[in-house]
Amino acid sequence: MSWAGKILRVNLTEGTVKSEPLNMDWARAYIGSRGLGTKYLTSEIDPKVDPLSADNKIIWATGPLTGTMASTGGRYTVITKGPLTGAIACSNSGGYWGAELKMAGWDMVIFEGKSPKPVYLYINDDTAELRDAADIWGKSVWETEEHLKKTLQDPLTRVSSIGKAGENQVLFAAVVNDLHRAAGRSGVGAVMGSKNLKAIAVRGTKGVGNIRDPKAFMAETFARKKILHEHPVTGQGLPTFGTQVLMNVINEVGALPTRNHRDVQFEGAKDISAEAMATPRKTDGKKHLVTNQACFGCTIACGRISKIDETHFTVQTKPQYWGASGGLEYEAAWALGAANGVNDLEALQYVNLLCNEEGIDPISFGATVGLVMELYEMGVLTKEQIGVEAPFGSAQALAFLAEETVNGRGFGKEIGTGSKRLAAKYGHPDLSMSSKGQEFPAYDGRAIQGIGLAYATSNRGGCHLRGYTIASEVLGIPVKTEPTATEGKPELVKAFQDATAAFDSAGVCVFTTFAWSLPDLAPQLAAACDEGYTVEEVEKIGERIWNMEREFNNAAGFTKADDSLPKRLKTEAAKSGGSKGAVSHVDEMLPKYYEVRGWDAEGRPTAATRERLGL
Amino acid sequence: MQKVLHINADKCTGCLQCEMACSYEHYGVYATAKSRIKVFDFHTTGKKVPYTCTQCDEAWCLHACPVEAITVDKGTGAKIVSDATCVGCKVCTIACPFGTINYVAETGKVQKCDLCHDRAEGPACVEACPTAAITYIDANWTGLDRMRQWADKLGNQPSAA
Repeated sequence: MSWAGKILRVNLTEGTVKSEPLNMDWARAYIGSRGLGTKYLTSEIDPKVDPLSADNKIIWATGPLTGTMASTGGRYTVITKGPLTGAIACSNSGGYWGAELKMAGWDMVIFEGKSPKPVYLYINDDTAELRDAADIWGKSVWETEEHLKKTLQDPLTRVSSIGKAGENQVLFAAVVNDLHRAAGRSGVGAVMGSKNLKAIAVRGTKGVGNIRDPKAFMAETFARKKILHEHPVTGQGLPTFGTQVLMNVINEVGALPTRNHRDVQFEGAKDISAEAMATPRKTDGKKHLVTNQACFGCTIACGRISKIDETHFTVQTKPQYWGASGGLEYEAAWALGAANGVNDLEALQYVNLLCNEEGIDPISFGATVGLVMELYEMGVLTKEQIGVEAPFGSAQALAFLAEETVNGRGFGKEIGTGSKRLAAKYGHPDLSMSSKGQEFPAYDGRAIQGIGLAYATSNRGGCHLRGYTIASEVLGIPVKTEPTATEGKPELVKAFQDATAAFDSAGVCVFTTFAWSLPDLAPQLAAACDEGYTVEEVEKIGERIWNMEREFNNAAGFTKADDSLPKRLKTEAAKSGGSKGAVSHVDEMLPKYYEVRGWDAEGRPTAATRERLGL
Repeated sequence: MQKVLHINADKCTGCLQCEMACSYEHYGVYATAKSRIKVFDFHTTGKKVPYTCTQCDEAWCLHACPVEAITVDKGTGAKIVSDATCVGCKVCTIACPFGTINYVAETGKVQKCDLCHDRAEGPACVEACPTAAITYIDANWTGLDRMRQWADKLGNQPSAA
């Protein structure tokens, strides 16, 4: 077991909240969270639905290991059809909210329709009701959490909500919980906003108790915790430096996309790195980094808690930002920094705080600003249009554009549509550094061939978290592969994609995979849920989930042509570093990838593949 | 040797594994809401602080209880609530200066940390803590580590000669 066995179905149009039993056949076949939520979503909506219409649905889903002693078992996923991409959107978050929902006795919450007025959902164990959100509509994530804890008279309530960006339907708006953990990508927050749904407040006191074999489960989770503790990445690197441990490493490799992917190395990387965060500042002698923080049940504790320089121009007159808060993580530091050529660590932290406060994805935002700066330098966009001088490297422009975007003002409204739409509007569609409309994260697809293929084939658009081949191609986990080689990469990408789908669906964090592989996950699932969860079975489920997502995208109108990378990465060679001279060979790897996937030449799962996977 | 829970908040990451272990040990479920040890997240400073009963020698809760439901476990020195005797009057919750004994509406009794006195491996929270922020050590020498650090700083340096 380990599933709560119950889902909440909320019809926002009708204002109704109903409990229904979890489909246990689906639960066993898709595990939970990403897999199971996607099974529900794709079974219930038309793939061609307008993502921001009342006909789209949005699901908050936990996994069977969420809320248990499994290390990192606090994750939840928000699943919907994404407005940024038009593809399946599935964003994962940590913090404490997911475990709280599970401890309240729910596996997932499905929202359908659209509320006639702003509402929030309040769940207190078995009881759940929609409540008026007039008092919090227009408020930030931070204000919303504070307000709900106060009015519900329960400081232990956990909140998953949107800020102004989600209300304004910024196409990369995030859903944020516990102040600075986010289901960040693909604009899931905009879908929430489009439904007039402001927040889900949860208090769960019942706990997770129906573990299949409690003693065996405790033994399995303790053994796996030890592995995380003793591994150099999860036991040392991530707790000490956070994901920012990568900044200097990736720059060295020549894979740090810089100035909208014009360059692959950033001369200012060291100024925005983990090492910089741990060095006392010249201004006040204090370190940027205050401490690390874990999410629920996590043994790694990679989270960064930092304190901004109070004298910095961005916050001099804004004491509300002076306290310790989340950031910077590697992807945000890269997207706000290297992608725009900005090496001002404090400015990056300020913008990161805005991203958390009002709920936007720093990757898509930062990458879109990178595009704007390039268009500005090309003379396509002017100061008058943008509202500020916006050359690469301008911290002032970055901070100004962040304020405009989260508040839905001026040129910020255009940035809020993402780089693909903005680039097309101003006549340079090739300059959007994205796949399926979603901006790339912090690794260059020229320097590292596998990750390029992973971006091109990611079901939710450009993303490192669908198949983090960097582990193999840079860090040598589980085995080292040559970053510039294409041989073997289709197989590598597939293996990472399928395994990740299984980890995401279990309710644990993908960062465990630096130390764990499927033989570490399967026994925990078996002890918690069902003896049938062997390594082979869990791997097959991962592949099943990947193909299910793919079929949804195919039905939504995506084709082979969408499994690619922008012209820049295929034709403009990397200028420096270890990858100098490299371009992405994604189009050459694609047929082989389709073949190892068991798809036809157009990227559609064949009948044999569908049958093998039970689709 | 009497042992006590010793908390070093600087090592706490806020993962709540102690709370899960506590609720699992006492109720057989993972439910942070039922835990007798609580981790407080002081957001603006970044500090996470686990807090629970320190097992006072002259325990206010024990003295205040009108039905003698709270007794001392001889092995561990833990102050134990007898569910069979507790009448749920909550006087102990008023008497305790630290707030570490609390009423549980579902059972009609109070609960507090009992150092997992009947658990062979010792307190479950200690075993679950991944950073040794919570340890179970000699009650008379909780300062030993800190003394060692200072002794190292003051006396364990290369001498000038």
